[in-house]
Amino acid sequence: MENRLRLLRAERNWSQQDLGQRLEVSRQSINAIETGKYDPSLPLAFRIAELFDLPIEEIFVSPSRRSSGAI
Amino acid sequence: MIRTPAWKRYNWRVAWTSLVYVVFLLGAVYGFKHQLVPGALRYLVAVLPALPVIGIFVAIGRYLVEEQDEYVRMLMVRQTLWASGIALSLATVWGFLENFEVVGHIDAYYVAILWFAGLGIGGLINKLTLGDGGC
Repeated sequence: MENRLRLLRAERNWSQQDLGQRLEVSRQSINAIETGKYDPSLPLAFRIAELFDLPIEEIFVSPSRRSSGAI
Repeated sequence: MIRTPAWKRYNWRVAWTSLVYVVFLLGAVYGFKHQLVPGALRYLVAVLPALPVIGIFVAIGRYLVEEQDEYVRMLMVRQTLWASGIALSLATVWGFLENFEVVGHIDAYYVAILWFAGLGIGGLINKLTLGDGGC
């Protein structure tokens, strides 16, 4: 799933390791999410959203909205 | 694999069960070779080496339950699916080949060996398809 995680992380000067530690997941998990190879579960997506203090849809691009051209 | 706390516990369990396997296997082979196992006890002693192998399957199950990192857990699930697919497919093919007397007999416990080999192949596939994230 397309997302802005890398951008949000870069804005804070966090490495993938830093973000992983804050979310209590591995660096590899962060890498897989950032590259769109893995879609996080809803609980993890909420943790990410809460960490950045943003709504989920401002971090993750809805695949259905993206395909309909709404975003 | 990523060294999570659950992974460390899994490794510890596998190391112990592997050690028990070696002891049980050598003990059973020695007992049968020197005809030290009487009557019905033969069933129990013959099954002893299988128990730690089952223990490794249990350790993998415990790992999947205990792993807190959902992505890492997903990697292991993928590995076990590859392992199961490979082992069951090859066992089925070999079963028919054996049934029609095209090939010789192979002991059934080789399915477990195939499964563990499949686990390794699954890990390699994770690496190839997921890159760095595939660990």
